[in-house]
Amino acid sequence: MTTELAQVKVRRKGVWAAAITLGVLALAVLVVPPIVQLDQQLVDLRSAGLAPSLAHPLGTDEMGRDVLLRSLYGLRVSFMVGLVAALVSMVIGGLIGLAAGSLGGLPDRLLMRVVDGFSALPHLLLGIFIVAMFAPSPYAVIVSVGVTHWTTAARIVRSEVLSLRERPFVEAAVSGGASRARVVRRHLLPHLAPHLLLATVLMVPHAIWHETALSFLGLGLPPHLASLGNMINDGQRSLLSGDWWSSFAPGLFILVPTLAVSVLTQHWRDRLNPRTRSELSL
Amino acid sequence: MLRLVLWRLAFAAPVLIMVTIGMFALASASPFDPVRQYLGDRAMTTSPEVVAQIRANWALDRPIMEQYATWLGNLVQGDLGESRSFHRPVLDVVTERLPWTLLATGSAIVLMLAGSLLVGTLAAWRQGGALDRVITGAAFANESAPVFWLALLVVYVFSVKLGWLPAGGLTDAASTTVDPLDVARHMVLPVTVLAVSQSSWLVLYVRESVIGTLREDFVTGARARGLRERTVLIRHALRSALLPFLTLLGARIPELVTGAILVETVFSWPGVASTSVQAALAVDFPLLAVLTLLGTVAVLTGNLVADLAYRLADPRVATS
Repeated sequence: MTTELAQVKVRRKGVWAAAITLGVLALAVLVVPPIVQLDQQLVDLRSAGLAPSLAHPLGTDEMGRDVLLRSLYGLRVSFMVGLVAALVSMVIGGLIGLAAGSLGGLPDRLLMRVVDGFSALPHLLLGIFIVAMFAPSPYAVIVSVGVTHWTTAARIVRSEVLSLRERPFVEAAVSGGASRARVVRRHLLPHLAPHLLLATVLMVPHAIWHETALSFLGLGLPPHLASLGNMINDGQRSLLSGDWWSSFAPGLFILVPTLAVSVLTQHWRDRLNPRTRSELSL
Repeated sequence: MLRLVLWRLAFAAPVLIMVTIGMFALASASPFDPVRQYLGDRAMTTSPEVVAQIRANWALDRPIMEQYATWLGNLVQGDLGESRSFHRPVLDVVTERLPWTLLATGSAIVLMLAGSLLVGTLAAWRQGGALDRVITGAAFANESAPVFWLALLVVYVFSVKLGWLPAGGLTDAASTTVDPLDVARHMVLPVTVLAVSQSSWLVLYVRESVIGTLREDFVTGARARGLRERTVLIRHALRSALLPFLTLLGARIPELVTGAILVETVFSWPGVASTSVQAALAVDFPLLAVLTLLGTVAVLTGNLVADLAYRLADPRVATS
């Protein structure tokens, strides 16, 4: 019994640590860039490749730029791109799921086959194809991530709509003469909102991952922009000559927030479904 | 069983056709002019007649529907076209590089399976203990770490600092022949990184299901009969925990394709996955289109194999 209590305490601490980390990162990303202006083009070869020190807590890259400051800028860019891409995929998926769930019958079957087909595709490869056909830009990345990741949202929304349709209050509204649009607006959307919100939150780290992967391959954001993927890519050369920090630090800025979000999600799921709690103890 | 295969094939055909239509639509909307891309700096000095000639040779002056029909027709007949960045037939590029990708990803799958089974079972056996916490924590952290970043860190530690293994390539730069031992040395890092990066979910899954089966009556029975802990763990708990295993593995092919693209690129492994990145950077439509289709075929095959394996492993599914 005591060990179980101790485990719960450890888990509480983990959830708090994750929440605080995310808070601090969000604050840093919001506050630091407006205060400390970053010159994207700056090259200062006198301070190139400096190891981490008090002046540069995470060192400098081969152009003499501060890695910590650039990482914060990069996280900001990656977060914005990831958020918009996640929203795009939610809107596409939400609309298709809503259409499939509320129309039913043949349209539903056809739409769900399309969903199956899309989720059977290798996402990154398709994303690479999309960005390759257009010049490197945030829009190309957003489209390539949004277009390949809407299927989860479509499935969630469809199954919710299917169960909502059978509920008494929807039946009451329908028999009361409410129009299809009114049922969707007044009865379906308010119930779908929390599910969509959670799905979007979960989607953001994944979208950030895709953005950084595409940028790392040289296919994502324009190379002069401070983004996490670009920085890891730039750092490759320094890494081979022994300067580990210029690739290491930006990667941490992907790893830490993603891990924090997954700890929080796990906590959320455990609260919703206590049965899994004992088995998934971290 | 045959009906399942036919049903899957009936589903695969429209998916593949949809992919080809999507790729062609994107390519026709692309602001890049393939001829200019192909000529590069020479585009400035090449006469308009020559440019028009190349355009005609590639049938780019034809209507888009006709281009699509020709391309698809050739593809079905086995003519994959000419790569614009490698200046060689796409078929040659693919057949030369596919074996290296299959070798690397195949080894990674084997390593991933063996490693995850071992590590997951260990964690389940010591559930709640220090070892279990370290393993689960590492698995969660690993799940959040970008694979290309992990690959770079591994290169830094094992190639740059320790100098134990080569940082990339298929063979030593100086060697002119493909020596199996040399290739094996070059394979260690990419295969390990690919296997480790894909194994988090598997470790957690094995752990979960072994914990689940350890509570079952037949395990308690085995313990009560005085069987050794190792026998109980491996012969009883692990064995029945493995049923849905293949299904899950088949469903993970998309992630494996993704991982292969990134890992092959970091380690300059000359497989088809890293070639897709080179083709994308060069806006080489014929090659990139074929590689994207190849990736899709791999995923669809994975799904089919997963379904078949599930039916073979669990006959109850077949009747339902």
